[in-house]
Amino acid sequence: MTEAVLETKKNAAMKLAGLARREANGEPDWLLDLRGKALDQFQVKGLPDRKVEAWRDTDLGRLKAMDFQSSTRESDFGGVERLEDLRFASLDCPRLVFVNGRFSTELSSDADSLGGVTLGGIAKQADANGSVRAHLGELSKWQDNAFDALNLAMFEDGALIEVQGGIEVEKPIHVVFVNLSNGQNGPFVVNPRVLVVAGESSKVSIIESHLGSGEGSYFSNAVTEIVTGDNATVDHYKVQLELESAVHISSLGSVQERDSNLRTTVITLGGGLVRNEINSVFAGEGGWSELNGLYLVDEDHHVDNFTRIGHEKAHCDSREMYRGILADSARAVFRGRIVVSEGAQQTDSKQTNNNLLLSDRALVNTKPQLEIYADDVKCTHGATVGQLDDDAVFYLQTRGISKEDARVMLIYAFAGEVVNRVGVERLREELDSHLLKWLPRCV
Amino acid sequence: MLEIRNLHVSAEGKEILRGIDLKVNPGEVHSIMGPNGSGKSTLAHVLSGREGYEITAGEVDFKGQDLLDMKPEERAREGVFLAFQYPVEIPGVNNTYFLRAALNAIRRHRGEEELDAMEFLRLARSKAKLLKMDQSLLSRPVNEGFSGGEKKRNEIFQMSILEPTLGILDETDSGLDIDALKIVSEGVNALRSPERAFVIVTHYQRLLEYIVPDFVHVLDRGRIVKSGDKTLALELEKRGYSWLREEAGEAQPVA
Ligand SMILES: Nc1ncnc2c1ncn2[C@@H]1O[C@H](COP(=O)(O)OP(=O)(O)OP(=O)(O)O)[C@@H](O)[C@H]1O
Ligand SMILES: [Mg+2]
Repeated sequence: MTEAVLETKKNAAMKLAGLARREANGEPDWLLDLRGKALDQFQVKGLPDRKVEAWRDTDLGRLKAMDFQSSTRESDFGGVERLEDLRFASLDCPRLVFVNGRFSTELSSDADSLGGVTLGGIAKQADANGSVRAHLGELSKWQDNAFDALNLAMFEDGALIEVQGGIEVEKPIHVVFVNLSNGQNGPFVVNPRVLVVAGESSKVSIIESHLGSGEGSYFSNAVTEIVTGDNATVDHYKVQLELESAVHISSLGSVQERDSNLRTTVITLGGGLVRNEINSVFAGEGGWSELNGLYLVDEDHHVDNFTRIGHEKAHCDSREMYRGILADSARAVFRGRIVVSEGAQQTDSKQTNNNLLLSDRALVNTKPQLEIYADDVKCTHGATVGQLDDDAVFYLQTRGISKEDARVMLIYAFAGEVVNRVGVERLREELDSHLLKWLPRCV
Repeated sequence: MLEIRNLHVSAEGKEILRGIDLKVNPGEVHSIMGPNGSGKSTLAHVLSGREGYEITAGEVDFKGQDLLDMKPEERAREGVFLAFQYPVEIPGVNNTYFLRAALNAIRRHRGEEELDAMEFLRLARSKAKLLKMDQSLLSRPVNEGFSGGEKKRNEIFQMSILEPTLGILDETDSGLDIDALKIVSEGVNALRSPERAFVIVTHYQRLLEYIVPDFVHVLDRGRIVKSGDKTLALELEKRGYSWLREEAGEAQPVA
């Protein structure tokens, strides 16, 4: 490593560490203590480089080049009307809104309106709520992952969704993170955070929207933690439409207790440099887990999806389906690790990653990684990288459909495999209209 | 309606069609027979506008227009329909959705009103019924997981909805059992009219008992080597193709 490179690497990490809040802000001691440890950890680790195996195919140059000015930034969004204009901000369900990391009471729904559900900012609840203390930082990998550590050290606020045992929440709960960049407040850092605790036999759907507004560059470093209790069902969506000058790095930590069901769908529509990491663990038998993903990447943007499913207990099923569409000179990376521990017999795991390249300059790097230490298991995986089927395009043309429409139809159908699994109708509709706007530009 | 003059076509440097002349008038049914690899599908594809072929000589006139100068979708909108020898499976694209988009593209081109989803469904159901096609196929992805026979029937179903002026059927009968063959033939015959013409590629005289052709042509090594009426098909069935080459003064047998 040359000295200059070493310098940049140090610089970015030091700048970020320097921005971490130090003042107590009325937080309880345990949290301050945790933050201190996380900051130390971040400083020890520094930002990863490509020599780290998990980061081999993703270069953080765009992030390291950001000259962070502050962690304080304008958060005056200017009212609900402007929010309604953002796609994926209004899905006709209760919502918690954060503008540049700060909770907005004005833009959020009434937090007390749902029976059996605690909804609100993590910061406010940190003292009183036992779940926050029990789980915050527990599922994310802050000891190993510098970005998780940075978030824990720095996060200003975040969404807490706690569902009591036996409660089935009828409407999805929507968490909206708006990152507002006016071109003068940049580059800044936000650390969105979500903690979901679903009690025994409860059922809840959660949508996270990460949305950019305005222009300019920023770094959003998001962490989500989900505890799915015994026999509980969580349907989680993360929709990301950041500005193209933004860097978005996210990490999801999930623990599933006995007989629980988790579905998490990661939809990547924006951002210049994106990394979504998932660490999902079966901590009890009889669990079902579905990891779905869709990424639309164009220009010279880079999207990396890195997932790890830990089958630590017997009789658990996992299904993973990620699909990507790449235009221009876009890059995508998919790493799907499935680790079946000794004793996790009767594991049934299936993983697919399919990629559609719309340009011969686009590139995908896809790699399944199975590590199996049990003998009675069923694990399959398959990855494809391909172009649109010319025969199918011609077939549609011979029926009178224009070449452009035929291509859109086929790409739309390819994405449909993931979109059709979205269980929230309003979200599916918004996705559809986004796709139909995005696709014609790429054919 | 269709006039092919001295058509020469190559693919990957190899000459496949070596001077085809064929004239098809409205109301006529022409059958094209010939050994494997003689160029029948190539002719059908070139008429539909498939990429990857080089037209080295000749011209094709369709209703007074230069057919070879048109995009595949323009040909379709002008009334050319190809029933594929091997229909393509299109995962994720719903049969009904796709066919309505196709029909409406053609109707727009003709200056007709588009059909809404309900109107189209009614039309599709009635046509499916005529072809004794399982209604469930309508809502499945195009050809995906269809049996060979279902795919062929789906081609004729599409043709009966799109109502082309020139139907080119490439071995639609291959792989059909006798019942399916009758149904498909009835579907084609129902479309026969003084304004409409068909070019039917087949290996089997059997089909021509149900769809009776006005002309039968034999394509061999890229050329039409003999033309006649429906009795030619019967003769071919009895004698095969080799006698045609002997007649032409060539000794070698056909592969
Ligand atoms: N795109 C192509 N590139 C190269 N060769 C081709 C191409 N298309 C067809 N051919 C060749 O041209 C010849 C004619 O093929 P074609 O499919 O037209 O025959 P056919 O008469 O339809 O045969 P069959 O009765 O078996 O369907 C064959 O030798 C085939 O391999
Ligand atoms: Mg053929």
